[in-house]
Amino acid sequence: MNDMTPTAEQRTAKLEGMGCKRKRVEDIRFVQGKGNYVDDVKMPNMIYGDFNRSPYAHARIKKIDTTKAAAVPGVVAVLTAETLKTVNLAWMPTLAGDTPMVLADGKVLFQNQEVAFVIAEDRYIAADAADLVEVEYEQLPALVDPLKAMTDGAPMIREDLKDKADGAHGKRKHYNHIFSWQAGDKAAADAAFANAEVTMKEMIVYQRVHPCPLETCQCVASFDKIKGELTLYGTFQAPHVIRTVGSLISKIPEHKIHVIAPDIGGGFGNKVGAYPGYICSIVASIVTGRPVKWTEDRIENLSTTAFARDFYMDVEIAATKDGKVLGLRCYTVADHGAFDACANASKWPAGLFSIISGSYDFPAAHCLVDGVYTNKAPGGVAYRCSFRVTEAAYCIERAMDIMAQKLGMDPAEFRMKNLIRREQFPYTSAFGWQYDSGDYQTALKKAMESVNYKALREEQKAKREAFKRGETRELMGVGVAFFTEIVGAGPSRACDILGIAMFDSAEIRIHPTGSGICRLGTKSQGQGHETTYAQIIATELGIPADNITVEEGNTDTAPYGLGTYGSRSTPVSGAATAMACRKIKAKAQMIAAYMLEVHDDDLEWDIDRFRVKGNPERFKTMTELAWAAYHEVPPGMEPGLEAINYYDPPNFTYPFGAYICVVDIDVDTGTTKVRRFYALDDCGTRINPMIIEGQIHGGLTEAFGIAMGQEIHYDNDGNVTTASFMDYFLPTAVETPHWETDWTTTPSPHHPIGAKGVGESPNVGGVPCFSNAVNDAFSFLGSTHIQMPHDHWRTWTAAEKLGLHAD
Amino acid sequence: MPKTQVEMTVNGKSVEALVEPRTLLIHFLREQLNLTGPHIGCETSHCGACTIDLDGKSVKSCTVFAVQANGTDIRTIEGIANLDGTLHAIQEGFREMHGLQCGFCTPGMITRAYRLLQENNNPTEEEIRFGIAGNLCRCTGYQNIVKAIQFAAAKLNGVPFQEAAE
Repeated sequence: MNDMTPTAEQRTAKLEGMGCKRKRVEDIRFVQGKGNYVDDVKMPNMIYGDFNRSPYAHARIKKIDTTKAAAVPGVVAVLTAETLKTVNLAWMPTLAGDTPMVLADGKVLFQNQEVAFVIAEDRYIAADAADLVEVEYEQLPALVDPLKAMTDGAPMIREDLKDKADGAHGKRKHYNHIFSWQAGDKAAADAAFANAEVTMKEMIVYQRVHPCPLETCQCVASFDKIKGELTLYGTFQAPHVIRTVGSLISKIPEHKIHVIAPDIGGGFGNKVGAYPGYICSIVASIVTGRPVKWTEDRIENLSTTAFARDFYMDVEIAATKDGKVLGLRCYTVADHGAFDACANASKWPAGLFSIISGSYDFPAAHCLVDGVYTNKAPGGVAYRCSFRVTEAAYCIERAMDIMAQKLGMDPAEFRMKNLIRREQFPYTSAFGWQYDSGDYQTALKKAMESVNYKALREEQKAKREAFKRGETRELMGVGVAFFTEIVGAGPSRACDILGIAMFDSAEIRIHPTGSGICRLGTKSQGQGHETTYAQIIATELGIPADNITVEEGNTDTAPYGLGTYGSRSTPVSGAATAMACRKIKAKAQMIAAYMLEVHDDDLEWDIDRFRVKGNPERFKTMTELAWAAYHEVPPGMEPGLEAINYYDPPNFTYPFGAYICVVDIDVDTGTTKVRRFYALDDCGTRINPMIIEGQIHGGLTEAFGIAMGQEIHYDNDGNVTTASFMDYFLPTAVETPHWETDWTTTPSPHHPIGAKGVGESPNVGGVPCFSNAVNDAFSFLGSTHIQMPHDHWRTWTAAEKLGLHAD
Repeated sequence: MPKTQVEMTVNGKSVEALVEPRTLLIHFLREQLNLTGPHIGCETSHCGACTIDLDGKSVKSCTVFAVQANGTDIRTIEGIANLDGTLHAIQEGFREMHGLQCGFCTPGMITRAYRLLQENNNPTEEEIRFGIAGNLCRCTGYQNIVKAIQFAAAKLNGVPFQEAAE
């Protein structure tokens, strides 16, 4: 060795592998405006589609007249349900087992429902002509309140299901009922309540919100009549699923469908499902023989494609008087709108909601969810959420605060007392989930110390006294939330989508010169996959991350995968990547042994090379081994250096975190200022800390939006009143608080690199933390629960109800 | 529909074209000039994804007609990089400070920040937050965007910037 020989540290640093704050590969094109999003796709002879939509929430269609629309110069075709029936595509299956209309057939069931699709030479003509489609409606009473859906005489939403006693998930109890789903042990939970010293009960509502990525849903469908092949560009979080579903419903053979998801401008669950815009564009391309582009505008996005939450959770906790939890019960009504268009794994109509026992050691628990139809947009999707985990976390975290209040205990102390202890992992919850790993007390303790929790409570006490004396009109609230997620769907024994097991995949090819390409079944929408997957490979294979291309989104080239949502990319495809690397490494080791003329077992891995044990001067680097794989493989060995892995995880992963928020509320205006927000996340092994922190900032900002102002609201007639950025709150840089982030690291024991996934954690933990802070501010006045969102008006109203304002 | 002739300078080059009077500037840029950097996020002036620089002002091109831009000097994200092709300090700042994730708001955000730093070459955090309030981002939570702009300000002012992306 001489001075020029790089040290082990230098060699490791050069790889930019796991743990490195590697700058993002994607950014080079994005900062120059050279991303390639769906609306940037231009094809020769392309035409544009636009919808005529229902002005009513519920109405019978008496007549549709497309004459005037079709007569507009530049209009190529107008599709209605009648047209779609000729190709048997008027109704389409959802992932949830329901069958919605593609275009309104006989009735409209929610405002802005798609009624006719106009295709024209340019988007302006299409929009003009869409307005000229004449539809005669007979208005029907609208059903808006999900809690009234199953009452006698409620308007019947789905006449098509009138005679169906069974839904996709069993017996239906009412014509507006979709499913009943339960988990846990009811008898055990009831017994816990029967003997409990203290109980709490509260109806906790997680309002309807929308994921609202900045890029709306869009597609370009191009059907080649000669080849009988369909190319479909689209904003797809799960491109392979779109291909399979597309084939099943269109009868185009799957190998003749090419789905391409280019750069995606945020997804957050909005872009998992298949929407009428996609189906209509495909049909329009088949009918016209030309490429058809469809792009949603913002009103369409907020009012039709996807919504999230809308859970009405009646929750109860039983505990001993010294604050040990004994039982949990929750009855939930889930508003799914006009069609059940959840993007859950198929067997889970309420998703993974039974994570509702949260981070606490509940000996007994039971939950029951009834899904109902209303005259609202169909859904609900998992908005930055692993299938209803956000609803569950919000519910348990609010309920724990209310219980602490009832017990007269500090909410952090009450949590600390009931958190699952480190030595209990792997921990089986009362709902049967096996939590993989955790060190909850350490995390909560670190969070409390970091914000000096004790001092905050002392300050709050002093402020409350000052408030009572009339010296201030400001109330201080401290919010605590401790969440556990269940992500990384999933083990195929538990999860499938339309029968397809929820594995995921990675295929890695190492080129002769030692660089390579990795293709995956997931699809980044901003998560930075091109950067982070390469870091896993860099550490596993000793190839610099810069020498690895990561490619996703083309179903012709990528191995089959279920896509990116539910924080599943790292837990599933990240694992597949590591496993594929290990296959490659095993082959490289055999090649190295052959070249060095030693036994395989005489070699050891050293950062970027195999070296002879006890003789580190004798080694072969991965670059040398890559060349050898195409040049001088051992006799009998196949040339080449590539591997593919389809990873079926043995379990979900369970990221967790402890969040603390401090707010100051002006009781006379309802204005809430977030003074401080501290987020400690434990996502297991950290691949790129910069990207993790960035995701946490973003997820907290979305949580802030949800907790403090977002709502997709309908009036009593079913008119959606929040379908533009005038009315739907998205935080700007001005309102958005400063985020403090922190971490602990408890690797997942079953994941090849110990990673758990992180993108959704801040949304899951953030919402209850904000809401707990606002509620905490008022708790000393006897208030137990103020519903979200905590905008100024609602907070002012809460203060008014508590008699805090002058007469 | 009859078309109108427009002339303007776009990213330093003069452009002449025929447009319908109702054509929005964003559609003209994206579809006729193939400048697909500026994006469409709302079509109501709220999100700022379509922000361009027009005669030295940040303008949301989704609510301006192309004919209104007749005779103007326009710069889009495609015209921000230095003449030698290297990244402008503001572009560099966004990458260095992790000021973007999905990249959809980024062209508008950078174009706005580019102008902001000419309006105020040494803005405080509060001034930056106020200055980009017309541009929505759904991914980053703005904290690293603020840092990206601070990075660029420091670089343009020739002073060191120590902070890292969080």
